[in-house]
Amino acid sequence: MSETIQEAAVAVEKKSEPLFSKKNKKLITNPLDIDNPITVQVLGICSALAVTTQLKPAFIMALSLLVVTACSNVAISMMRNSIPSRIRIIVQLAVVSLWVTLVNELLKAYVYDVSKQLAVFVGLIITNCIVMGRLEAFAMSNKPGPSFLDGLGNGLGYGLILMAVAFFRELLGSGALFGFKVFEAVGFHYKGNGLMLLPAGACVVVGVLIWLQRSFNGYRESH
Amino acid sequence: MENLINIGVRSIFVDNMIFAYFLGMCSFLAISKKVDTAFGLGVAVIFVLGITVPINWLIQNYVLNAGALLWLGSDFANVDLNFLQFIVFISVIAAVVQLTEMAIEKFSPALYGTLGIFLPLIAVNCSILGGALFMVGRPYNLTEATVFGFGSGIGWLLAIVALAGIREKMKYSNVPGPLKGLGITFILVGLMSFGFLSFMGFSL
Repeated sequence: MSETIQEAAVAVEKKSEPLFSKKNKKLITNPLDIDNPITVQVLGICSALAVTTQLKPAFIMALSLLVVTACSNVAISMMRNSIPSRIRIIVQLAVVSLWVTLVNELLKAYVYDVSKQLAVFVGLIITNCIVMGRLEAFAMSNKPGPSFLDGLGNGLGYGLILMAVAFFRELLGSGALFGFKVFEAVGFHYKGNGLMLLPAGACVVVGVLIWLQRSFNGYRESH
Repeated sequence: MENLINIGVRSIFVDNMIFAYFLGMCSFLAISKKVDTAFGLGVAVIFVLGITVPINWLIQNYVLNAGALLWLGSDFANVDLNFLQFIVFISVIAAVVQLTEMAIEKFSPALYGTLGIFLPLIAVNCSILGGALFMVGRPYNLTEATVFGFGSGIGWLLAIVALAGIREKMKYSNVPGPLKGLGITFILVGLMSFGFLSFMGFSL
C-alpha cells in the first residue's frame, strides 16, 4: 500500500519539474556571473551609477528592483498569450509602472528618508532596461514559474553589482560602510576621496569591476 | 529671456543628462559605436524630450497636482492624483513616441529611414521619463519646461556623439583583453564626466 503511494508521488514529481532542477537553478545563478544584467548584458546602468554613493540606498534600490522584476515577469508571463504584439511595449510599461507605483508608495510609508534620497530613481525603474529586457526576452515566451525565477535571478545579479559598486564608493568616498565609520573605528584617519562620490568616480569603479570580473571568468568582447 | 538662456545652457552643460545624472545610459552605451547612428538617435531624443516635457508639464499642472482639477468645478478642488504620476507620464511618452513614429513614417520617409529603428527604443530611454520627473521637481513654467526639454536633449546628443567619436578611434588601440569593449567604455565615460565637471557652478 505504502509503496503504491510512493510510486504515485514519484510519478507526480516526474510529471511536474521539481522547483530546483538544474535548468531552474541556472535561471538564478547565470545572471549572477556569466550572464550578469549589468556587466554582460549592459542593462540598467543608469540607476547602478546614480544610487550607489552609499550602501543603504543601494540596498533598498536593489530590493525594489528585485520585487518589480519578479512580479512583472510573472504578470506579463500570465498574460503573454493575449497581448497583441503591436502594442506590447505599452502593455508592458503599464504593468511595470503599476508595480513601481506600489513599491514607491511602500517606500514612502516605511523608509521615507531613503525614498527621498532615491528621488526620481525609483520611478525610473519603469524604464530600467533590465525589467523591460527580461519581459521581452523571457516572460513573453515562458511560463509564470520559470519567469519568476528568471526575474529573481536578474534582480539578484543587479543587486550584487550594485552592492559591490556601493561598497567601494562608500568605503573610499566617505570612509564608511552602511554609515558606520570603518576607518575611524580602527583608529586610522581617512579624509575621504570626494571624486568617488561624484558620478565620474562611479563610472571608473564599474569599469574596473568589469575588468576584474572578465579577467576571472574569461569573457571577451569580439571586436 | 536671460532666464531661458540660463536654463538652456545649464541643461546642456551643467546638468547634462548623461554626465551629471547618468540617464539614458543603456542606449548611450549600446548605440555609440558609430557617429552616424549616434547622431540619429540623439536627434530623435531631442525631438521626443522637447515634445513630452511640455505635455507632461500641462498634465502635471492641470490634472495631477493637488487641487489642479479646480477648472472642472469646485467639486474637484480637493482631488490629488499625484500617485498616478508614473503611469500617466509613461503612457504619454509611449503614446507620443508611437504617434511620432507614425507621423514621420507618413510625411518624411527619408527621415524615417534614419530614425525609424531608434524611435521605439526611445520610449524606454530613462532620460525621457527622467526629464519629465526632474521638471516636476523644479518650479518651471511652460516655456521654461520646453526649453529645459530641448536643452536636455541637446546635451544628450552632444554626449553620445562625443563618445561615438572616441569609440571609433578606440578600435585601433591596443586595450588589454578583459577591459575591451564595455570596460574601457565605462572608464572613458568616467573621464569625460570629469571633463564636464568643469562646467559646475556655471550660470549666466
